[in-house]
Amino acid sequence: MSILIKGGRVLDPGRLVGTADVLVDNGKIAAVGPNLSAPVGGRTLQANGKLVMAGFVDLHVHFREPGFEYKETIQSGSAAAVAGGFTTVCCMPNTNPVNDNQAVTEFMLERSRLAGLANVLPIGAITKGSEGKELAEIGDLRRSGCVAISDDGKPVMNSLVMRRAMEYALAFDLAVVDHCEDLHLAEGGCMNEGLISTELGLPGIPAAAEDVMVARNLSLSELTGARLHLAHISTAGSVRMVREAKARGIPVTAEACPHHFMLTEELVRGYNTHAKMNPPLRTWADVQAIKEGLRDGTIDVIATDHAPHATQEKQQDFTEAPFGIVGLETALPLTLGLVEEGVLSLEQAVQKLTSAPATAFGLNKGTLAVGADADVVIVDQHEQWEVDPTKFRSKSRNTPFAGWKVKGRVNVTIVGGRVVFETGVAEP
Amino acid sequence: MSLKRKDLLSLTTLSADEITLILETADSFKEVTGRDIKKVPALRGKTVVNLFFEPSTRTRTSFELAAKRLSADVINFSPSASSVVKGETLLDTARNIEAMQADIIVLRHSSAGAAETLAHGVKSSVINAGDGWHEHPTQALLDLYTIRQRGMNFQGLRVAIVGDVSHSRVARSNIYALVKLGAEVRLVGPPTMMPCGVEKLGAKVYYNMDEGLRDVNVVMMLRLQLERQGRALFPTIREYSRLYGLTADRVRIADTGVIVMHPGPINRGVEIAPEVADSLSSVILDQVANGVAVRMGILYLMSGAN
Repeated sequence: MSILIKGGRVLDPGRLVGTADVLVDNGKIAAVGPNLSAPVGGRTLQANGKLVMAGFVDLHVHFREPGFEYKETIQSGSAAAVAGGFTTVCCMPNTNPVNDNQAVTEFMLERSRLAGLANVLPIGAITKGSEGKELAEIGDLRRSGCVAISDDGKPVMNSLVMRRAMEYALAFDLAVVDHCEDLHLAEGGCMNEGLISTELGLPGIPAAAEDVMVARNLSLSELTGARLHLAHISTAGSVRMVREAKARGIPVTAEACPHHFMLTEELVRGYNTHAKMNPPLRTWADVQAIKEGLRDGTIDVIATDHAPHATQEKQQDFTEAPFGIVGLETALPLTLGLVEEGVLSLEQAVQKLTSAPATAFGLNKGTLAVGADADVVIVDQHEQWEVDPTKFRSKSRNTPFAGWKVKGRVNVTIVGGRVVFETGVAEP
Repeated sequence: MSLKRKDLLSLTTLSADEITLILETADSFKEVTGRDIKKVPALRGKTVVNLFFEPSTRTRTSFELAAKRLSADVINFSPSASSVVKGETLLDTARNIEAMQADIIVLRHSSAGAAETLAHGVKSSVINAGDGWHEHPTQALLDLYTIRQRGMNFQGLRVAIVGDVSHSRVARSNIYALVKLGAEVRLVGPPTMMPCGVEKLGAKVYYNMDEGLRDVNVVMMLRLQLERQGRALFPTIREYSRLYGLTADRVRIADTGVIVMHPGPINRGVEIAPEVADSLSSVILDQVANGVAVRMGILYLMSGAN
């Protein structure tokens, strides 16, 4: 079946920015241009005044299946993804069992096929059981469909193991993704270390816990030549080091999450467990540095670190509650907030949600080029709405943005030429 | 006069006037604890629940005595680790207690913020009896009472708090209250035991104990958690004791009328020499005795019984 998207403002950074029609046929982008004619028997969507973009690519989600289906499943996570405009999501391997082998990868891909919503691409573990000791069967993971490797949440502390993983990944041209945290420095911490952690009596995680691992990983990338992708950087130090490393040609990409450019550690006051994530919310100066990094291209990618947790888990006291918040259904308006603020141009913002993440992992996604997979979103940039977690498609409700009045809403999401999400779009 | 607040969670939010009110109320109950029959009917028909998730003998007993001397019904509830394993949250436990018409819940918990979380979730009054490293407001109030009992004026008073400030709720509550009342607060200990940015709370940090003790009127020793030795906070108990232990020689560096305090339990020969703990300048047992009167005052003011 074919779909004609008429009259929208097409934003395909680096290729086309302007009013055009987009024709989708047979699961692919068939044509982009002015005055395309409606296909026979196809569907026409009016997109006047709307943005038409490649579907967003999120390099960092946790879909919790297998093992923690009470938090999220590949089905519910995919539904949340497409509602937020994400057509491709990369799932971290910290499931139970850990995605460190072909069987788990294939299970995830099968679940994704059954869900039939987003493209769910697994990220394999770096080490067996993400224990940081022995390498997982990275070749096998790649062959079964993993698009990158990471021990997210349980960073590889042994630098020799990390070096070997990076070297080994070269054989498969896989990006090595690291959650940069020195577990010794961070031990027991549950918020940013600073005056507020002192006042609240909460154990702190110093910025240095992230910085020392960023420095190590950049050194190892320089040593090995491996493609390094830094997950959710949150400190001014990280931004500074990545900027310097890029200037010297080290093959590194970096991502930032909306909460790290929208919120500061102040939000923890009152022991708000929805302000507990890892890396923790940092200071105002860090937030400014993240924004500057996004603006000048040091930070390539906006990712969500969508981390669903059940209500009762977040109702525990602050030190006990798990780290993380959901993000797929709020990322778009928060990113558009940076455009409103003048930090990013609209084109830059879209790039960080589409082509830049696709490039970081070498995915054939994130573009509206003719012949590309027909993953498309239609967005009303100006629609205002209030974040209401009870309306989330995700199974979990753990967001610090509840009640926020935001701007920018997904109207239609198309994956592989099929409409998988829509809300009130005009058809002539 | 009464405290116009439902809960006592922290000394940051208490005004100097409110602190004074608590100390003055404690005065009248101090008289009761000296009587032959140490009981008044002020809280008859009220229920006080001591909800202690962390082992504590001193604080729990002190609250229990205080409530009993006010004629309240007192329940001691110490949930074992097993009820946490069963998935009951702190709030669930507290709501169960509230359903039994508890008027005041006294909470001790290992997590910072537990009392605040609880106070938002229940209608009963909540008194924080220690939450993680955060605060221990009733301990600080009884410390203030003890200082005041010695005829000392807080304005300009020099107080040294010595030891592991980082992990101490007693230190935090005392810093907040003493700074608010106009005292000069000195924190003495190794840099590994000073929390980030603590000077911004209005205290001055000294790594050298002899300098920190010069001319102070009050020395508050903190208990050294001996199990922290393996955590790289200090090399050995021997070295810690040599650098930061309160000896008779060091007491002489302080003002001649100095008083020595300790929230207990003390490690004799570690942070405090036995002859100092047992000396005339030591008010450690006065603190314990005053604890009951101060907590009677707090329970009375919180109960709205006046």
